[in-house]
Amino acid sequence: MSEQRSDQKASGKKIGEVILDVQNISLRFGGVKALTDISFNVREHEIRAIIGPNGAGKSSMLNCINGVYQPQEGAIAFKGQTFHHMNSRQVAEMGVARTFQNLALFKGMSVVDNIMTGRNLKMKSNIFQQALRFGAAQREESEQRLVVERIIDFLEIQPYRKTAVGKMPYGLQKRVDLGRALAMEPTVLLLDEPMAGMNVEEKQDMSRFILDVNDEFGTTIVLIEHDMGVVMDISDRVVVLDYGKKIGDGTPDEVRNNEDVISAYLGTTH
Amino acid sequence: MSTTFPRLLLAHAAQRPNAPALREKEYGIWQALSWSQLADLVRALAHGLAQAGLQRGQHIVVVGDNRPRLSAVMLAAQSLGAIPVPLYQDAVAAEFRFPINNADIAFAVVEDQEQVDKMLELREHCPQLSRIWFDDPRGLRHYNEPGLSSLDDLIASGREHLAQQPGFFDAEVQKGEGPDVAAMFFTSGTTGNPKGVVHTHNSLIDRAQAGARFDKLTSDEEVLAYLPPAWIGQNIFSYAQWIACGYIVNCPESASTVTIDLKEIGPTYYFAPPRIFEGLLTTVMIRMEDAGMIKKWLFHHFMNLARRVGPAKMDGKPVSGLDRLHYALGQLCIYGPLRNSLGLSRVRVAYTAGEAIGPDLFSFYRSIGINLKQLYGSTETAVFVCLQPDHEARADTVGVPIDGVEIKLAPSGEILVKSPGLLKEYYKNPEATAEVLTAEGWYHTGDAGFIDASGHLKIIDRAKDVGRIMGGANDGAMFAPKYVENKLKFFPFIKEAVAFGDKRERVCAFVNIDMEAVGNWAEKRNLPYAGYTDLAQKPEVYEMIRECIEKVNADLAQDELLAGSQISRFLVLHKELDADDGEMTRTRKVKRGFINERYQVLVDALYGGKSSQYIETQVKFEDGRTGMVAADLKIVDTKTFAPARRAA
Repeated sequence: MSEQRSDQKASGKKIGEVILDVQNISLRFGGVKALTDISFNVREHEIRAIIGPNGAGKSSMLNCINGVYQPQEGAIAFKGQTFHHMNSRQVAEMGVARTFQNLALFKGMSVVDNIMTGRNLKMKSNIFQQALRFGAAQREESEQRLVVERIIDFLEIQPYRKTAVGKMPYGLQKRVDLGRALAMEPTVLLLDEPMAGMNVEEKQDMSRFILDVNDEFGTTIVLIEHDMGVVMDISDRVVVLDYGKKIGDGTPDEVRNNEDVISAYLGTTH
Repeated sequence: MSTTFPRLLLAHAAQRPNAPALREKEYGIWQALSWSQLADLVRALAHGLAQAGLQRGQHIVVVGDNRPRLSAVMLAAQSLGAIPVPLYQDAVAAEFRFPINNADIAFAVVEDQEQVDKMLELREHCPQLSRIWFDDPRGLRHYNEPGLSSLDDLIASGREHLAQQPGFFDAEVQKGEGPDVAAMFFTSGTTGNPKGVVHTHNSLIDRAQAGARFDKLTSDEEVLAYLPPAWIGQNIFSYAQWIACGYIVNCPESASTVTIDLKEIGPTYYFAPPRIFEGLLTTVMIRMEDAGMIKKWLFHHFMNLARRVGPAKMDGKPVSGLDRLHYALGQLCIYGPLRNSLGLSRVRVAYTAGEAIGPDLFSFYRSIGINLKQLYGSTETAVFVCLQPDHEARADTVGVPIDGVEIKLAPSGEILVKSPGLLKEYYKNPEATAEVLTAEGWYHTGDAGFIDASGHLKIIDRAKDVGRIMGGANDGAMFAPKYVENKLKFFPFIKEAVAFGDKRERVCAFVNIDMEAVGNWAEKRNLPYAGYTDLAQKPEVYEMIRECIEKVNADLAQDELLAGSQISRFLVLHKELDADDGEMTRTRKVKRGFINERYQVLVDALYGGKSSQYIETQVKFEDGRTGMVAADLKIVDTKTFAPARRAA
């Protein structure tokens, strides 16, 4: 896989300007310091991984970017605009979508309907029109359905189109979660442990889809992942957190050889 | 009458321009392509290919699933007098090397990134492969390879060329004649390099029409194209007969949606190798196991009735009034809904071929009112040699010779065929051609068989595989490995079997368990297992397989000719036999010689009287990587039975 990856790079994947800049973020819950003075940036079209041992603050970091948590200090710049406080709707409207570590899908609804919820921000007709399928709502639904179908096709989940999500295997539910995030047509996609709890085959599939999303749609991807092998294979740059502090930042190779990272992961002392 | 596929296409487009020719499910909706739209697409593709340099008589590779645009490419190539060569889409790159170099092929049209990668990998060994076009651009955005472009580009350049030379396409089609070569199919070949079977427009169209006459096919038939297009069976049903009859071919959304698509389309004309019918039945049975009491009872009650009454009803034999009433009730409660959930409720004619079909399996489908029949043919005969008439379907015969076919038996018992559908030759292989085609036009099928009292052809085995037991109690008895293996494979628990016995004292066998069926069986018995290898070696599984084998032995003992072929020892293999490992052909026929060599230690252990044998085997994964599987295989003896003596 890594070989293919370098081929792709060679064949002209263009990593652009900084699109997301995290500046000196600190986040506290009462006396607990979740994040301390974290800074890093994400460039357009790159796959940026955030790694670290359990409790390192990875999900908190993602939640700050996502507007779920309000950091006490620092700022986040998105496409050149600096924000000190953001709410999650604002963030979504700016084109940042995310998936969740513990899947937040509607279990009783079909795959189509779940992904359709991701189109919510793109719909113009109001709730009454939608409820009655009246006027513009009907035409709009067909248009949105086409987008949803393209995502279903892209993620190769056609056989499950009408299956209730709760009945599907976990690996496929993760894919639906990704599908719903894609339905927002995001410029930045935040993935919270997209491969947690998957078997090797499912991990390979998911890696391929992440690479494909990045490649086909040019989506910038920020992902949190535990599986080091996967991270090193698919990301362009990696940030390493430990106890809420940044201990490493660079290409997979640089990070792999970073002494602090090695000791954080293997527990060795120097 | 001499015609060609492109001419037939143009005739359909002129006579029924708006009738659908092809449908493909895309983005959840069946999108139809009418005959006139198809002709238009073919015209653009032909112009594009001509501009790219494809010449009359040259070959062009087509690799992919059943996709409308790939069928159109085949037609476009034929319009120019070029020869499409469909190859198996699941083959690894190295398997394409021989065909591409054999026919010195410079052009390839493939489905997607997976196939493009294979073609690019091949370039090193096939430098002449200059142009590659792909149907689905996904993942190919950043490929900067010389000569690689999309079908969209080809169509666009074709349209430009068309604007400059409007009469070109029709003139090219008119140059084509029936005796011209229409397509080449590489036979998987159980030994050595594959052979290119050359067919003319005449041979393919003649057989397609003869088959259509036999079953009274019309332009209203619906067919689902889901088998590999490189297989001649698929080509006949979804290409040759499609164009000969003008019916509708439907392409499923993806390989994993076939069962859903089957239900949505409800084909009227259906063709599948036995393993597909088996798979369908297994799913039904597994689901029935999980059904509620009442449903289960209804199912078993009516299936018993169906077994008793169904086949007679299908064969048009008299059935008592009470049974008829009872069956009608079953039709309402079970058979109708079952056919519907199988996606076979509209089937008028269904065929199975390629392998022997189990009698239980065969009569299951017939008993619930599906007109399932068998046929006999091969790549070299353009499929249709023998077909079963509607009321004469039997599990153990393959039907009667149809229009134009003559059959005779060689003194060795080999079946010889003369038919307008015979191959022209093996490509660049006159020796092989001379081996199978006699000067008088008889084709050596390589199958051993005979014509039974009712005029039906019955196949025993491949003529070259039929051997003799040597020494021991059954010295000189006939040994037909495939016959024995098929009997084993009729059990749902046994996926594959390989029998040994030629020039040996007794018969021994390898068995492959069916993961789905045996896994389910194990679950029902609270038998934990870690995976395929572990499950295969469970003593309980061995016991169950031993029972199956002993049933086969008891059955073989009844057959005077083959009583000596009873299996005395067996082992269950630790891995599934796989085409990727070279153990089977792409059409899932076991490669006897190769297996014998690869598992020599196991064969020796079987005959050496050992009770177990350790083995390590290299396996190839679908992505081309390799791994090792190791296991200690148990070897078990089975009971054999004294041959039944005919009462004097």
